[in-house]
Amino acid sequence: MYTLILRTAAKLIVPLLLLFSIFILLRGHDEPGGGFIGGLIAASAFALLAAAFGTQPARRALIANPLELMSVGLAIAFVTGLFPLLLGQPLFSGLWVEFTLLGTAIKLGSPIIFDVGIFLLVVGTVLTVVFELDTDGISFFPSEATVDARGPTRTQP
Amino acid sequence: MSSHLFIILPIVIPFTVAVVTLLLRKAPQIQQWVNLTGMLALMAVSVNLLWLVHVDGIQATTFGGWAAPFGITFVADHLAAIMVLSGALMGLAISLYGMAEMDKERIAFGYYPFMNMLMAGVIGAYMTGDLFNLYVWFEVLLIASFVLMALGNTREQLTADIKYVAINLVSSLLFLGGVGLIYGITGSLNMAEISLLLAEVESPALITTIAMLFIISFGIKSAIFPLYFWLPASYHTPPPTIMALFAGLLTKVGVYALIRVFTLFFTYDVGYTHTLLLWIAGFTMVSGVLGAAIQTDFRRILSFHIVSQIGYMIMGLALFTPVALVGAIFYIVHNQLAKTNLFLISGLANRLEGTFTLKKLGGLYAVYPGLAVLFVISSFALAGFPPLTGFWGKLVLAIGALETQEYIILAVALLVGMMTMFSMAKIWMYGFMPGTESNRANATSDDHTLLGMGNGASGTPYVTSPVMMYIPIVLVALLIVAASVFFGPVYTITEQAALELLDPSLYIDAVLNP
Amino acid sequence: MEILLAFVVGGLFAASVYLILRRNLVRLIIGIVLLSNAVNLLIFTMGRMTRGEPGFIPVGQELPPEVIANPLSQALILTAIVIGFGLLAFTLVLVYRTNKDSILVDSDDLRDEEIDPSVYHK
Repeated sequence: MYTLILRTAAKLIVPLLLLFSIFILLRGHDEPGGGFIGGLIAASAFALLAAAFGTQPARRALIANPLELMSVGLAIAFVTGLFPLLLGQPLFSGLWVEFTLLGTAIKLGSPIIFDVGIFLLVVGTVLTVVFELDTDGISFFPSEATVDARGPTRTQP
Repeated sequence: MSSHLFIILPIVIPFTVAVVTLLLRKAPQIQQWVNLTGMLALMAVSVNLLWLVHVDGIQATTFGGWAAPFGITFVADHLAAIMVLSGALMGLAISLYGMAEMDKERIAFGYYPFMNMLMAGVIGAYMTGDLFNLYVWFEVLLIASFVLMALGNTREQLTADIKYVAINLVSSLLFLGGVGLIYGITGSLNMAEISLLLAEVESPALITTIAMLFIISFGIKSAIFPLYFWLPASYHTPPPTIMALFAGLLTKVGVYALIRVFTLFFTYDVGYTHTLLLWIAGFTMVSGVLGAAIQTDFRRILSFHIVSQIGYMIMGLALFTPVALVGAIFYIVHNQLAKTNLFLISGLANRLEGTFTLKKLGGLYAVYPGLAVLFVISSFALAGFPPLTGFWGKLVLAIGALETQEYIILAVALLVGMMTMFSMAKIWMYGFMPGTESNRANATSDDHTLLGMGNGASGTPYVTSPVMMYIPIVLVALLIVAASVFFGPVYTITEQAALELLDPSLYIDAVLNP
Repeated sequence: MEILLAFVVGGLFAASVYLILRRNLVRLIIGIVLLSNAVNLLIFTMGRMTRGEPGFIPVGQELPPEVIANPLSQALILTAIVIGFGLLAFTLVLVYRTNKDSILVDSDDLRDEEIDPSVYHK
């Protein structure tokens, strides 16, 4: 389905959404926000691309395979949770480092790395589903309903 | 520190393997070896865990260093440790088997990551001491099982998966509702603390209502009487490796959860709840075994027998005496061994003859006497022939029933044992004894073109020799024999588990006063 | 407020049961979504309600104020929503895939299909 309005709008909105998703991800460090919600926003940016331009351009824009994003994200989150074990602390303990950079005190913790993992995991999972729902490559929202609400008509065996 | 690590390792190992195999998506053959290494490590760790629990008593640790009633607790008592060990055993046997059975396409599609995720979910559910966390682990194992069930995308699998997914989603949500209600009346999610706080709740009727929610939700997962219809409708569709994995682990988690909540929480109205469970147990046994009687497909017979065997475990829980609980716990382990092995054998028969239909199999005994011996060991164990494990399990349960003078359930249990024998004899008669010549001739001409591609599977595995498939079957059969011969020590350990269950203060102490 | 929400939860449960029992698979999915929302709302209500008191500790203080929204039930619901979302996405793909190469959308036909798979080939 080709709509000029959606395409023009998508070109504007998608970069904003991606920027916003990273803002939300980093904000989750100390305030409401975080990896899950940020990931959803980023995924919706690519879903919008898919809706406007079709799945293939969206896949190209994503560069990485969503399945790979999923596995890398899961690995990052898991390793972050596992790391405290090596230091003799319980699983998933938060580890914090404080340092000053250019005069501002910065507090970095393992939760932010965990959140980055979750971010990638969510983007990967959502986009796997979104792209999966349109493997035909015809249109994102099929114009003629493939699901017949009246139920199937039996073909005689 | 060290014991802390050992409690957590049984969950960490399969999860690590899942992540690593996911990253090795392009190298399926390396995945196989990573998986096997992981399963061996898991096995070692579980043996160690059981040993630790047996020597030092119940072990507990918390997540993220938050103290007991607030943080998520992981608890290993005898029951959990036994279940983890037998789960690890199943994982190892199925991994060995899968190397020769699982086809390349399914491995490329992510069989190993999801299998390990399933293992992590199952073990997490065994060991968690937090009610909401139990829900989370259930979802982990469910999503993995949903994917495994559909893996390969045959139409048969997809339609079976829809039934499986729908009913399990409903069951999970009912469980979550139960968790919410318990949280509402006690204000806690820590299972040990809930157990203490429920004692102070004024209205036992409210607790019993919540107990019903738990019976329904765990009942669907463990396939008890009026709630089991999804199981025989879906279990026979995936390839034998996945079938065996499900048969060995999934329903048993439901039974485990039932045992846990009905010994720790809902013990205030035993006259009502456990009597209800006893009725359910009887109906489950009978309906499962009757369902199996009319089936002629190897896998479908075994699927119905899963249901019938669940009844015995619920019976042990319902009688609620030390001896009966020993019977229930022992029966779970016995059933995991025997039932998984039968599924593995059905897969091997399918590999050798290209069909699961008994009448087409005919005469396996003449061609593969070794397979026939292995089948006899497992099926006799399942049916309860002395001196194999099923006999001991049924004997202990029968003693439990005699002690509490529940003669009806005793009669039902013994009758169902006989009918199980009938089903096993049917498999033997049609599948192993020489059939009519025409049958066998038809079978070979029709199905040998499909060699190794029974209804579910669609490709070839990496190891094509069926000899590899014998190894885990022989291993599990030897374990069955070993557990039968050394029933004494096994009984001692399961008795410890039962005594801990009947005295929740031990569990509560270990969690709240470490 | 609790009473009102109790009725809302009840209504949602009723609607979801109705939808789940319908034969169309798409309605089944919607029913499961409603059920999951009903359960989330149930947990929220069971966590006791407060009004206008967010579940935060004010900046610079060690202890929460006396009246505070229960943050635990919110965390539980968030987790449940995340999990439910993942499961729903999977179910959706599953039904879509099934529908793509067979003509099944009727749950009654799932049973017939089990007996004779050849009937519903597209």
